[in-house]
Amino acid sequence: MQSAIFQRRPRLQRLILPVSDNLTAALSSLSSSTRVQADQNNTLATEPLPGFKRLNLCNAVNDALGTALDTNYRAYVFGEDVSFGGVFRCTVGLLERFGKERVFNTPLSEQGIVGFGIGLAAMGHTAVAEIQFADYIFPAFDQLVNEAAKYRYRSGGSFHCGGLTVRAPYGAVGHGGHYHSQSPEAFFTHVPGIKVVMPSSPAEAKGLLLASIRDPNPVVFFEPKMLYRTAVEDVPEGDYTLPLGVARLVMEGSDVTLVGWGQQVLVLQQAAAQLEKADGISCEVVDLRTLSPWDSEMVCASVSKTGRLVVAHEAPLTGGFGAEVAATVAERCFTRLESPPVRCCGADTPFPLILEPVYLPGVARVMEAVRGVVNY
Amino acid sequence: MALPAAISGLKAKDGLQLGMSVARLFASAASQIKVEVMPYKVHRIEAPSNIVGTNVPELMSFYKLMYKLRRMEIAADMMYKAKFIRGFCHLYDGQEAVLTGIEAAITLEDSIITSYRDHCQHITRGGSVMELMAELMGKSEGSTRGLGGSMHIYNRKTNFYGGNGIVGAQIPLGAGIALAHKYRGEPNVCITMYGDGAANQGQKYEALNMAGLWNLPVIFVCENNHYGMGTAEWRAAKSPNFYTRGDYIPGIKVDGMDVLAVKHAVAFAKAYALANGPIIMEMDTYRYHGHSMSDPGSTYRTRDEINAMRTERDPIERVKKLLLSNGVEAGELKRVDKDVKKEVDDAVEAAKAGTIPPDSWLWKNMYVAPLGGEMRGVLPGQYHAPDFDPEYKS
Repeated sequence: MQSAIFQRRPRLQRLILPVSDNLTAALSSLSSSTRVQADQNNTLATEPLPGFKRLNLCNAVNDALGTALDTNYRAYVFGEDVSFGGVFRCTVGLLERFGKERVFNTPLSEQGIVGFGIGLAAMGHTAVAEIQFADYIFPAFDQLVNEAAKYRYRSGGSFHCGGLTVRAPYGAVGHGGHYHSQSPEAFFTHVPGIKVVMPSSPAEAKGLLLASIRDPNPVVFFEPKMLYRTAVEDVPEGDYTLPLGVARLVMEGSDVTLVGWGQQVLVLQQAAAQLEKADGISCEVVDLRTLSPWDSEMVCASVSKTGRLVVAHEAPLTGGFGAEVAATVAERCFTRLESPPVRCCGADTPFPLILEPVYLPGVARVMEAVRGVVNY
Repeated sequence: MALPAAISGLKAKDGLQLGMSVARLFASAASQIKVEVMPYKVHRIEAPSNIVGTNVPELMSFYKLMYKLRRMEIAADMMYKAKFIRGFCHLYDGQEAVLTGIEAAITLEDSIITSYRDHCQHITRGGSVMELMAELMGKSEGSTRGLGGSMHIYNRKTNFYGGNGIVGAQIPLGAGIALAHKYRGEPNVCITMYGDGAANQGQKYEALNMAGLWNLPVIFVCENNHYGMGTAEWRAAKSPNFYTRGDYIPGIKVDGMDVLAVKHAVAFAKAYALANGPIIMEMDTYRYHGHSMSDPGSTYRTRDEINAMRTERDPIERVKKLLLSNGVEAGELKRVDKDVKKEVDDAVEAAKAGTIPPDSWLWKNMYVAPLGGEMRGVLPGQYHAPDFDPEYKS
């Protein structure tokens, strides 16, 4: 399959009509049937479509990395423990296929890993650095914010580190506790000069990761670790990319727009299904995919249609990316709003241990928030 | 006689485990056994002698403590597999001699700070097995009230500063604690423990520089179990001689599977640190389990290696052999084993019966404000335990 180049359509039309671009349409319709399987023995009833392979998210990431290394001989994958396959098995088989000059372990030094990656990228090579958990990205924060994001800017365009992609698993996993569950995307969206991308399903992950690796800007790619094994989907074989900066319409609706990203999209889908059944509320679910730059046109068009907005994310409420979405929508869609934009987010506390269900914006809390805006 | 008076003096301190303090008293009282340990490798310092004096009561206390730590970690393993404990659980079995030796050479007034492999420090610093197991299970009877979990065990009264999840982050903290000891004129050191993986973190060198500059009484203990999670030390470090990595800071390399070697070296290091300043100790040790319970521990090392360690260098077996060759009956050791097993099993049962922390503790301890106080940006009233739809599997 050739790389798909997305044809930009007039915005309102793109929203109201079913998206008819071949690849995106196929992926959208498939994603709404993503089966989330907690039970490994329960297989999907149908066969995968021809040209598609049934993969979970970590295999999709593995596929993308393999494709990226295959198509660019100056691409490297490195990070802690990636040689034997990585803690989540996302880099399994890469060492055997591409050799230890291109797939290698680094010592336990996040600042060193990212700084080193910036240097590699500054020479025009493609560095795909893995940070083992997003919670550990903070020693590298200085390198990302002060070096990677500003390299092109401060050198007047002479140099850049666009070949850098930093991958990190993020998000709640049920028992992660303080340091294996954080969602630090808001820290990075605040920095001009880098892009932040967060996929929500296997097919999305493969396309977005390939797009991020090939994007000529430094990208921070957060992978939803809860979905590594539990999300299984038919992923197109071969090489394809999904556009960055373009949101995905997951479900069409007319009463309220639900905006989320990463593993929260699944929660929104489940909430929307239940709201439809129980309350007859028709929800439009939007997956932002890229947070920086985010597709404000699409979200504003959607809210102009429905008149209501609920943004949901796992990161704490104050200063989370939901605030940016809500503020932009309030500014641009003020006269079309039926109720104030609402953010349904994690609590303003450190990520807790055993009290995780109280902290997270689960299905029940999202449904309550939606009922609140509908009955405003 | 001095001994009973001293013991009653110790009993006055409420709630602290007396084992180690009593052992120190016994050490001076009973007859001496001389043991030759592996010679110490040193960097910029003169090696202490490798003949260590000990006696049967001290060895018995070591045996009992190490066996308790071992059984506790194995119980944690079983509870994890039975899903009573969830999340991340990093076990210390195989490395017991390091901690036992350290604690034998210092007092509870000295501070300890370590990484996430911290279950055993709770016991040696005066905690009970029940509190630890309850904490692992997330119950409010746990040492951190169920809010911290496996990686965050603390004890303020006995100067145990945790229990830290981020690799290497505890090292600069250890230097700071040592500065406070020095400033207050206390004859105490801070034992700052970290692993071979953390030895490659930048912040360690920042801490070493500061400690060296200001002559802080800190003992940097590198527990070299040869694997930084899945990466062998020679793959992660250009120089795996961690005791030399301090450059201008002296270092000692110790056989970390021999509790007597550790104790002797730490006593020497404490005297040095109080007189001169920082010192690095590399403990050559091994962990039988993988990095954590999610790591089988066999994808990056062979089972033969693990078994060889168990048969040749197991710390508990070594002390057992010493005891048996110095007149202790095998039956007595078996009795000790049985008592320890019972203690651990009872603790596990008691922990299982614990209670989950209430929801309102979610926003406790964020700031100084009391429980239920204002939380930045969010009213507590907005959060309540939602009614879960039974069909939704979280």
